Amino acid sequence: MRGRCSREACAKHQGPQNHDKIIVIGVGNAFRTDDGVGIAVARALMRCAPPRVPVIEATGEGTTLMDAWKGYESVILIDAARSGSVPGTVFRLDPHEQTIPSRFFHYSTHVFSVAEAVEMARTLASLPPRFVLYAIEGGNFDHGTELTPKVREAAGRVTALVLDELGSGHSSAVRPGNASAQAAT
Amino acid sequence: MSSKTRTIKVDYIARVEGEGQMFVKIKGGKVRDVKLKIIEPPRFFEAFLRGRPYSDAPDITARICGICPIAYISSSIHAMEDIFGLKVTGPIRDLRRLIYCGEWIESHALHMFMLHAPDFLGYESAIHMAKDHGDLVQRGLRIKKAGNEVVRLIGGREIHPINVRVGGFYRVPSKAEIRTLADELNWCCDALEETGAWAATLPFPDFERDYEFVALRHPDEYPIIEGRLVSNKGLDIAISDFYEHIEEQHVQHSTSLQSNIKARGEYFVGPQARYSLNYEQLTPRCKALAKAAGLGPVSRNPFQSILVRCVETLYACEEALRIINGYELPDQPAMPYTVRAGTGYGCTEAPRGICHHRYKVDDKGDILDARIAPPTAQNQKVIESDLWHFVDQHIDLQDDQLQWQCEQAVRNYDPCISCSCHFLKVNIERTL
Repeated sequence: MRGRCSREACAKHQGPQNHDKIIVIGVGNAFRTDDGVGIAVARALMRCAPPRVPVIEATGEGTTLMDAWKGYESVILIDAARSGSVPGTVFRLDPHEQTIPSRFFHYSTHVFSVAEAVEMARTLASLPPRFVLYAIEGGNFDHGTELTPKVREAAGRVTALVLDELGSGHSSAVRPGNASAQAAT
Repeated sequence: MSSKTRTIKVDYIARVEGEGQMFVKIKGGKVRDVKLKIIEPPRFFEAFLRGRPYSDAPDITARICGICPIAYISSSIHAMEDIFGLKVTGPIRDLRRLIYCGEWIESHALHMFMLHAPDFLGYESAIHMAKDHGDLVQRGLRIKKAGNEVVRLIGGREIHPINVRVGGFYRVPSKAEIRTLADELNWCCDALEETGAWAATLPFPDFERDYEFVALRHPDEYPIIEGRLVSNKGLDIAISDFYEHIEEQHVQHSTSLQSNIKARGEYFVGPQARYSLNYEQLTPRCKALAKAAGLGPVSRNPFQSILVRCVETLYACEEALRIINGYELPDQPAMPYTVRAGTGYGCTEAPRGICHHRYKVDDKGDILDARIAPPTAQNQKVIESDLWHFVDQHIDLQDDQLQWQCEQAVRNYDPCISCSCHFLKVNIERTL
């Protein structure tokens, strides 16, 4: 997936100019095989996303995530999931529409992780107004630096989906109530 | 309570790092068996290290834990410097102590506010607690963030820092950069005094045991990065003699090794051990906070660990401010050294207790052998003993209450099962 597109080659993905209040966060551990899928998507987006959209990597430690998205109007967060679905399945979740099922992220040893951070932010009324969470079902969470084939393919699809979210104007795509838990294709 | 069989089974203890189980069997009104089962797969970090250059050790061992990477980085670096005959002093040593203060602040704040406070206030989680105690949670998050910022500034990033190396750092902060940390740390000192006053009002079970506390002790400072290993029962050894006095045992129910003092058995590491063995090294403000919270110079009730963590967090903030205010830019970011073959030792005070490393390297500096004793592995037996005694003393509690307090008793130690190898499930079984 790396090098799939350069920033110059992605002019079609530039999208709206005012991205000051949107952040993209890729979560995971690049040394735990498919747990690295959020990081892989973030690294691809660093080359493709509109220049003014910050794209960051995070380990998934919840309080750090809450700090990372503080002050942003829109958040797109990508993380691996282990929900029992078929590896490579992509879920698009809107925390404003539903509670994030913590089972999605129970592969993590972090006691306070993505789902908890989202729910804590909701409780403290600090959840950014627009929030999209892409969860990609992993198949292997053992030590390793390569994504499994189905998850690598899913990473490419999610990269394109996030670019579409940004390119088509996050104000329409990343809006409350746009989608509840659903498998994206 | 009748003498019938009681089986209390909890399959998942929340609010601990990593995966494990707890099993308590009660028969005829007596505790018959207690096991802290660590079931996470072994992680083989020591095997990964063999054959790699010495300089990889800090970066690889940092990956053992996302909460306390500085402990692993520091202990591995000190061990390599022990081999190479390097003693780091001056501003570089101060910066090492400063980044470690950052880790204590963030780790202790996470445990006090997010993991342990819900136990005392009767909430399932910090998220449930936040609905009624939003200000408390916000305060905890802000204190934790102050610690994160210290680690980020000195270490390059908050999790798994990458700026620390054998001999010192790749880059050191300017005086102007380091002073940006001061205002928030000053706010934390006041916030921690408020937190101590709040924590002192919490309901603590009446439970004390005659522990053997083990911690570092240093003649000039509250121990963080170096010292001799001492206990309240006669242990007083150089860190290089660790395995002369400490043995690790494999037990069937755990993928983590259990540690014992060869002469006497289980021992207790962590904030209460440090505090009880080093009270005199605390600052006047910390001693005043401890006194106001109802603590004496020795703290033997593990349920009061939240108070001791509060004192230690205040200490870490004050110590960080002392270092920041006196900081002078070092001549170079790292001190020079010459690689040579040998065996070396490093032992530092992770937030949860001593983290001991031993390495053997060849004349090129490649690692021939590595051995790591993380704090939770060392506390595993004392946690099991606490559970045994606590259940024995509270055998008539209803099963749901007993289960709650057993989980709390485990969380007293802020166990990082991922570090020790590695989910905590609780099973309490009662039979006739």
